Amino acid sequence: MSDAIRARVQDHPCYSEEAHHYFARMHVAVAPACNIQCHYCNRKYDCANESRPGVVSELLTPDQAVKKTLAVAATIPQMTVLGIAGPGDPLANPAQTFDTFRQLAAKAPDIKLCVSTNGLALPEHIDELAKHNIDHVTITINCVDPDVGARIYPWIFWQNRRIRGREAAAILIEQQQKGLEMLVARGILVKVNSVLIPGVNDEHLKEVSRIVKAKGAFLHNVMPLIAEAKHGTFYGVMGQRSPSPAELKNLQDACEGDMNMMRHCRQCRADAVGLLGEDRGDEFTMDKIEAMDIDYEAAMAVRAELRAKVTAELAAKRARIHAEPAPQVIQFMPRVEPQKPVGRPVLMAVAAKNGAVAVHFGHAREFLVYEASADGARLVGHRRADAYCSGDDSCGDGESVLDRTIRALVGCETVLCSRIGIEPWGKLEAAGIQPNGEHAMEPIEEAVMAVWNEMLAGGKLDARPSAAKCA
Amino acid sequence: MALEIIESCVNCRACVTLCPNKAIYAAAPHFLIERDKCTECVGDFAEAQCVAICPIEGAILDELGVEMNPPGSLTGIPPERWAAARAEIASR
Repeated sequence: MSDAIRARVQDHPCYSEEAHHYFARMHVAVAPACNIQCHYCNRKYDCANESRPGVVSELLTPDQAVKKTLAVAATIPQMTVLGIAGPGDPLANPAQTFDTFRQLAAKAPDIKLCVSTNGLALPEHIDELAKHNIDHVTITINCVDPDVGARIYPWIFWQNRRIRGREAAAILIEQQQKGLEMLVARGILVKVNSVLIPGVNDEHLKEVSRIVKAKGAFLHNVMPLIAEAKHGTFYGVMGQRSPSPAELKNLQDACEGDMNMMRHCRQCRADAVGLLGEDRGDEFTMDKIEAMDIDYEAAMAVRAELRAKVTAELAAKRARIHAEPAPQVIQFMPRVEPQKPVGRPVLMAVAAKNGAVAVHFGHAREFLVYEASADGARLVGHRRADAYCSGDDSCGDGESVLDRTIRALVGCETVLCSRIGIEPWGKLEAAGIQPNGEHAMEPIEEAVMAVWNEMLAGGKLDARPSAAKCA
Repeated sequence: MALEIIESCVNCRACVTLCPNKAIYAAAPHFLIERDKCTECVGDFAEAQCVAICPIEGAILDELGVEMNPPGSLTGIPPERWAAARAEIASR
């Protein structure tokens, strides 16, 4: 990543993995209208316990959205980004979307504005986007082949007609690609989101990744399809399955050679508030916001201070890594280099906060998944600990939260947390997952590599994982 | 000749700006069409614009009470399949 790009994404949690440990974002739901139908979306649904794109609890006017953004930014100083992502398509609601952006650019100029769109109306709104200083645009591109698209999009609304099937997909694809090119030509950073739909576009997404990279997209975010019958979506009702974590990771790995892949996306709601992986929307309903007493100027100063502090910390961390002296080896005689012991890669789940192993196992609502190998630790995904619903027995199937959590960690050999109780310890071990509470408060990468090196020294990394339970 | 919006409307507002006659207005609990202004877009467009963008099956009726977007026509979910899924969920 070039320094110029780094500077543009260093405090954007959705564009920088590093930033997402420290900075928060929010979405305001001002855009209910949509110009297409996707088979993974149900336009009727709102459940407060559900977390997935396209779902919201409270629709806002632009004035309310501005008020809410300022209130959140005053309460959560880590808030750096305001996005409009629905619950329909922001660019199918141009008046509301751009009114919100216009007001915020004036009232909170330090907040980055971004937008997430299906791309159909992108070319016609490109100049307006550029005018409002929108620096980050996400386009959801699930295909570049209309035959694939016909299995994802039942219809689009285009030039005053509802168009269906392959013809609809062809128009959508054409507008998305044109929009991508126009954004790149204007120097706007583009992230491409793709939903991985097994049997529909899984293999095809490798081609999508190559093409969007070639056209100048900065980051590709392949997300797993969320489909359950109770959501009332086409895919949910028709029994289309979601990909397993391993399928998702394999596809992301396959695309990685050509493209920056985003691994830390939490597929948040169109009204999400807070750090990725947490949703504090309940604290900021319109009635609660009305009751708040806010000093906007002071809040902006607090944000600036926090941002400078975190940025300096991250710069210092990077400098430390670069400054580590290479081992000096003075050789007087030619000799054969000893074979470096190479262990196999290991997936480890981490109960993390602010970039450290800092959460009690039982309190973790999600786990970051790192792949540790001789090349170091890298984030490859995350697992929700409480599935999509929590606290509501009617959503479950009688399985305990602990059992669900353990099932969500499939494929991981170790779980790092700050502390853990005896009961989950035993159950995790029985499931072939080694709990580890020895690295509390340590930075994630260092802790993960310490555990991996210990496994390597203990001779545990020569063969395949011993636990047959790992899928 | 006029169309009608009924209670299954989700207030997504997509139809409002498209109406050539400005016949659609916000109301509680859902948007409504002013009968006297609605022309079903005859003379303006090949398709009634509200009908052409509405994402909710059955939310818009014609004068005879016929659903302009019948069940299954927008989502692609066969109605019997949807009914079975709902019954299965309710029985859990």
